[in-house]
Amino acid sequence: MASTTPTETPPEPPAASRRAASTGRVGDKVFLGLSRGSGILLLAIMASIAVFLGYRAALAISENEGNFLTTFDWNPAGDPPVFGIAVLLFGTVVSSVIAMAIAVPVAVGIALFISHYAPRRIAAPLAYVVDLLAAVPSIIYGIWGALFLVPYLGGLNLWLDEYLGWTYVFDKTEAGVARSLFTVGILLAIMILPIVTSVSREVFLQVPRMNEEAALALGATRWEVIRMSVLPFGRSGVISASMLGLGRALGETMAVATVLSPSFVISLHILDPGGGTFAQNIAAKFDEANQFGRDALIASGLVLFVLTLLVNGAARLIIARRKEYSGANA
Amino acid sequence: MKLQRKNGLRATALGALAVSGALVLTACGSDDNTGGTGSAGEKKTAASNIRCGDAGGQLMASGSSAQKNAMDLWVKNYMAACTGVEVNYKSSSSGEGIVAFNQGTVGFAGSDSALKPDEVEESKKVCESGQGINLPMVGGPIAIGYNLPGVDSLVLDAPTVAKIFDTKIKKWNDPAIAKLNPGVKLPDTTIQAFHRSEDSGTTQNLGKYLGKAAPNDWKYEAEKKWPAPGGQAAQGSSGVAAQVKQVPGAIGYFELSYAESQDIPAVSIATGASAPAEATSENASKAIAAAKIKGTGKDLALDLDYTTKAEGAYPLVLVTYEVVCDTGNKPETLDTVKSFLGYTASDEGQKILTDAGYAPIPTEINAKVRETVDGLS
Repeated sequence: MASTTPTETPPEPPAASRRAASTGRVGDKVFLGLSRGSGILLLAIMASIAVFLGYRAALAISENEGNFLTTFDWNPAGDPPVFGIAVLLFGTVVSSVIAMAIAVPVAVGIALFISHYAPRRIAAPLAYVVDLLAAVPSIIYGIWGALFLVPYLGGLNLWLDEYLGWTYVFDKTEAGVARSLFTVGILLAIMILPIVTSVSREVFLQVPRMNEEAALALGATRWEVIRMSVLPFGRSGVISASMLGLGRALGETMAVATVLSPSFVISLHILDPGGGTFAQNIAAKFDEANQFGRDALIASGLVLFVLTLLVNGAARLIIARRKEYSGANA
Repeated sequence: MKLQRKNGLRATALGALAVSGALVLTACGSDDNTGGTGSAGEKKTAASNIRCGDAGGQLMASGSSAQKNAMDLWVKNYMAACTGVEVNYKSSSSGEGIVAFNQGTVGFAGSDSALKPDEVEESKKVCESGQGINLPMVGGPIAIGYNLPGVDSLVLDAPTVAKIFDTKIKKWNDPAIAKLNPGVKLPDTTIQAFHRSEDSGTTQNLGKYLGKAAPNDWKYEAEKKWPAPGGQAAQGSSGVAAQVKQVPGAIGYFELSYAESQDIPAVSIATGASAPAEATSENASKAIAAAKIKGTGKDLALDLDYTTKAEGAYPLVLVTYEVVCDTGNKPETLDTVKSFLGYTASDEGQKILTDAGYAPIPTEINAKVRETVDGLS
């Protein structure tokens, strides 16, 4: 960004920016050096993580007798060693998508309620409770999910199977308890709700008063104000909030490990037990794995790393395209 | 202004959370303390039999979580008797214990299965002029817990257990189960078979048992990873036990102590003896008594007889080992290792096992363990 500004902008702004950079004060120079240094350090750390993961992963993949991308098994201790990430990739993406589909609309609703509908006396405690949810450790969600949520979801699963079974996705082929990707998705949705809500709320609160008042003056109802000024203004903020949540959902470990009944099959019947995620698989297999098994797990971790990078990159692209609405420019 | 007030509120709430958290933690702490002082009273009388010898300093150990509860008791009693010695057993996993042992960072390792040949080869680097050996120290029954309201006792044999966990038998009122349980009213419920979701020595031991006792119905290799395609999984013995407790129609396997602490009924196994064997510490010891030592030299790795028909012998057992060097132990921990393992192998050390849901090692094998411990160098 910084390097492109001088060429793109008309002559005057560079002059202004040069003035800002060359006030000659020591503090400015030190700060410039510090921020540039931390930026470079961050990139270097990321690169070294990538190199470490890449090296260990390459060691494991070169010995893998199965196909790393398509094998439906994880047995690096076996003879011959076989492991593949297809099931993990599928499970990670599906559970995160379910979580997003549930959490984002609810979070936006709560954020709008807190910022625009609720009386101030209710809004503050409510906002605070939502923030507090984010501080609950994931293992607590896991235990709560396993002991409370799973038994209660049994009924919901039967209902979905009976009325929505025709969609194939909700067709329940195996009788059993609800330790499925769908349950994981619901649990992840609850876990990412606070972060999506609180960021969205901050963004909605930043909508310029003038926009809203102008709309009201034109005779718009409150819902029309929200639709015409608040939502377009907050869109990029909501997208970044969702990506933060998605990042948490992709990497969630303990809650998933506690609630899911993993197995190495890919099934679109999301109510059936089975599947797995990268983080859950690493937590489950790391303890008893030998050196080679750990390298194999690192290889799977690398895929998660790449997946997270892709998601974040995509989010940046979307936000950059809607920059005119971004809260930072207001 | 508004922002500040909100932050203030947040800070107060965090403070409140921290205080209540601290209260909860201290509550746990004081619980432990009362337990500690309670057993310290008994210990004083027993402590006299522990030979501390030249033990001193810190002894690090690591490995199998299956023997964790026994280790906790031993370490507590031992450290109360021998002042100035610190024994630190990190309960992680057999795999991690052996890796630590072969890197020379621990005095001994706990393991659910005997060292493999390549691990013995690797241990020669750590044990100068010697090698790693296995000392059987803790035995225990693996209970098969079930949840069937109205059914108080259930008898299964190895082939039905194999078919249930392989999801070949799907209903509780299957003729194969009914035949073993005459007079018991079995419900028409679907069987929910639970296994461990992470790699586990308990899974491997169940696999070994089924492979030997029901070779026609269990064709899988005995591995730490669950081999069969069907069924459901849960994390850890505690996770499996929690699911069995929660789900009607469920069945799962875990160490006996989990069944006892959660009041989960355990299956009795029909072995071909006159009466089915119940899962108890005593019955597990009877089955371990049928084992033969397969290790050579000072290595005491056991070959368990899973097909034993001895009266009352519960065949689904696991034996965990302590792994040490026969010669070439590190001089700074050698005395402590000998003293500590001497205590765990003593009559007194073995007697504690029964109370903790484990099974003592039979006398004949135990005598050899003591002899070997005395001869460590």
